[in-house]
Amino acid sequence: MLEITNLSATVANKPILKGLSLSVNAGEIHAIMGPNGAGKSTLGYTLGGRPGYEVTGGSVYFDGQDLLALEPYERAAAGLFLGFQYPVEIPGVSMVQFLRESLNAQRKARGQEPLSGGAFLKLAREQAALLRLDPDMLKRPVNVGFSGGEKKRAEMVQMGILDPKLAILDETDSGLDIDALKVCGEGINAIMRRPDKAVLLITHYQRLLDYVKPDFVHVLAGGRIVRSGGPELALELEEQGYEAVA
Amino acid sequence: MTALPTRHDEAWRYADLTALASVWPIRPQAIVVAPGESASHTLVLSGAGTHVHDITVSLGEGAQFAMHVLNAARGYGRVAVRVTLARGAHFEFGAAQVAGADHRVEVVTEVVHAEPDAVSRQTVRQVLAGHATGNYLGRVVVDRGADGSDGEQSVRAMLLDRGASANARPELEIYADDVKCAHGCAIGELDKDGLFYLASRGLPPAAAKALMLQAFLAEAFAGAADEDRLTAAALAVLEDLL
Repeated sequence: MLEITNLSATVANKPILKGLSLSVNAGEIHAIMGPNGAGKSTLGYTLGGRPGYEVTGGSVYFDGQDLLALEPYERAAAGLFLGFQYPVEIPGVSMVQFLRESLNAQRKARGQEPLSGGAFLKLAREQAALLRLDPDMLKRPVNVGFSGGEKKRAEMVQMGILDPKLAILDETDSGLDIDALKVCGEGINAIMRRPDKAVLLITHYQRLLDYVKPDFVHVLAGGRIVRSGGPELALELEEQGYEAVA
Repeated sequence: MTALPTRHDEAWRYADLTALASVWPIRPQAIVVAPGESASHTLVLSGAGTHVHDITVSLGEGAQFAMHVLNAARGYGRVAVRVTLARGAHFEFGAAQVAGADHRVEVVTEVVHAEPDAVSRQTVRQVLAGHATGNYLGRVVVDRGADGSDGEQSVRAMLLDRGASANARPELEIYADDVKCAHGCAIGELDKDGLFYLASRGLPPAAAKALMLQAFLAEAFAGAADEDRLTAAALAVLEDLL
């Protein structure tokens, strides 16, 4: 589903990714772990197409398409979802309007009919209930005044509504208390653990992986994958630290 | 004033004087709201060419007047309003200016609190693209003895392109002691992080910008009798621009 080959990227002319290769198949959950400054968030933003993250080498194919040739909104329509470490506040725009327009823009790009207002609200309420988010929060401006945990749960509600093929979740566990971590973890499983979907979980810690069991764990350091293994690698990292393992 | 103004006239400082010459002189329009009465006025400037309005408003004791303007002239559009408020009068003014290409749109207000306890509220929102220019010159004068006056000006502009410009000059002239006057002014660009966030959910750039700007423009029409119609009209102009 996702084939990253020898990817290099710079941010403000500073090389961050230095020849990163990674292959993700449908039905798999991969965890990317690594120390601060290793390039984890840069990987997420580069795959999402954020302006300022410049690809200087390598290739990324998503379902056979050249991902790097697509604009950010086209990547979303192709089935990519980027869960933000720091979800952005958009004053004056309600969550409901934002998500309905987003979903319908994606559907239009895929040649599908737009979802009616009623059908959309039903879907939004179902997904909010799954993440135990008060549906009234969907009437509020995007992320404005949400607590850290609410923002992350709202990201997962967005993921549920948009129903992507591949989710790249950047430190979804940061800023979450233990209960919210469990809710988010269960949400990720319910939405994304399917034979036709895949997840790239970017995280510092093992704790989210207690709920979302990864099939593969990779250590990202110095801009490339330095070690890969099964779920046991995460436990080893937790015990011994990145320096000893990577 | 019958002679064509020059740049030395403060109120005409950013005007398109060449365009103005083609419609000069401007016949002023007078609106009088009797004591205790209320009235409203809506002005939509659209279409090509030069559109210049000069309005004088006189509000009697306790009178209420709401004026809303959508200035989307494709050329030169100017609305000048001079308002005098008697005791306890209330003046509400909301203007949205939306322009692209090399169009020039401006709002010039002078609000005089002539007697005590009057209230004036001005909200101006501008979205400017291409090489367009949007101006707001607004003076609030509180006369001697007009204690208990309450005047507010909120002026914000969004520049969508490097070539667009906004001039904003909210002014206060206060000759009374016990008054409450506030003004705020900001000129900025759309938040890039916000735009990427919306794009990452599948919104193409024009749709993402429209979504972020519609709420911004709608602030100018909050509480207007034909709020929905004005907001929809502003949005239609905006969509053409993006």
